[in-house]
Amino acid sequence: MNNFTKGFFKDNPVFVLFLGLCPMLGVTTTAFNGLGMGLATTFVLVMSNLVVSIVKSQIPDKVRIPSFIVIIASFVTMVELLMQAYLPALFDQLGLFIPLIVVNCLVLGRSEAFASKNGVWSSIVDGTGMGLGFAFALTVLGGVREIFGSGAIFGYKFIEGDGMLVFVLAPGAFIALGYLIVMINKINDKTA
Amino acid sequence: MEYLLIIIAAIFANNIVLMQFLGICPFIGVSSKVETSIGMTGAVTFVMVIATIVTYLLQHYVLNTFEIGFMQTITFILVIASLVQLVEIILKKVSPALYQALGIFLPLITTNCAVLGVAILAVQKDYNLIQSVVYAIANAIGFGIALISFAGLREHMDMVNIPKGMKGVPIAFVVAGLLALAFMGFSGIA
Repeated sequence: MNNFTKGFFKDNPVFVLFLGLCPMLGVTTTAFNGLGMGLATTFVLVMSNLVVSIVKSQIPDKVRIPSFIVIIASFVTMVELLMQAYLPALFDQLGLFIPLIVVNCLVLGRSEAFASKNGVWSSIVDGTGMGLGFAFALTVLGGVREIFGSGAIFGYKFIEGDGMLVFVLAPGAFIALGYLIVMINKINDKTA
Repeated sequence: MEYLLIIIAAIFANNIVLMQFLGICPFIGVSSKVETSIGMTGAVTFVMVIATIVTYLLQHYVLNTFEIGFMQTITFILVIASLVQLVEIILKKVSPALYQALGIFLPLITTNCAVLGVAILAVQKDYNLIQSVVYAIANAIGFGIALISFAGLREHMDMVNIPKGMKGVPIAFVVAGLLALAFMGFSGIA
């Protein structure tokens, strides 16, 4: 259970460990895009953790990292093709960041730090927890930017008018993430 | 003129770090000193240009010829990973001084999404070989400008009194946001 819940606050990949920052900032213009990206990454993370934990004893130590990258890249290609076929609108929005899941330090980091040392079941749990923690972070940042930037959440508009455009543009992403990290730190300090 | 447009757009208007959010990890990770960020910029420039040339050739003479475009992601990342290794080995032999300077940054570059991002973008934009090279160099310069100016800002930040909760990474993000705001001023020129 602890393997699962640690991804949300205490070891949140984005807010605490600062992994996977590029998609975090790049795709979170709306809550929906953030959630979509988060779930795509979760899928890759769970599947690569699963495969790595199964084949770990077969891989020689020296070519460990390249082998992990090949495993991850295969799943990324799968997500890419599936999304292009079934969710073309979301695929267009996320664009370049889908193939870039392959260089998301979070995915490789979990393969190396967790799946290559642990059993199949706990690797799946770890992948799911970390992935959902990542998706949670992306959705929160996407939500904040969408609320301030266009007065809407998940596309549902509840404030009339245009909102603060800067939050939809690049600078708002950095500033909003900075303040979110402060808040998460505060929460973690209280519970610790 | 056409090349000038590519260069200006890549360095300022669509700055790879501040506008396109690629290469954020090194941007936050190694930007605490100006000196290290210069080293990182050198290493990234080196790998980015070579990687763009190699992936361009692969895309046009292998992937397109055999119609296996869906293998793009997996091929490109493998090429970049092995390229980084190769560059490391060659540098060690040919120019130990440069190797000393760039050494520790080279392995980090494999997971720098700016390198893979630029390689994929150059293909997506249908650039020819020379345009791709120009595009890669311009993006590397853009990365360098963002990284080095940010490092300069962070060096100054060490000396000021920052509220406890904001120390370290949060304030870095806010400063990066302001830097991005400054770069948005360029968006009209391209």
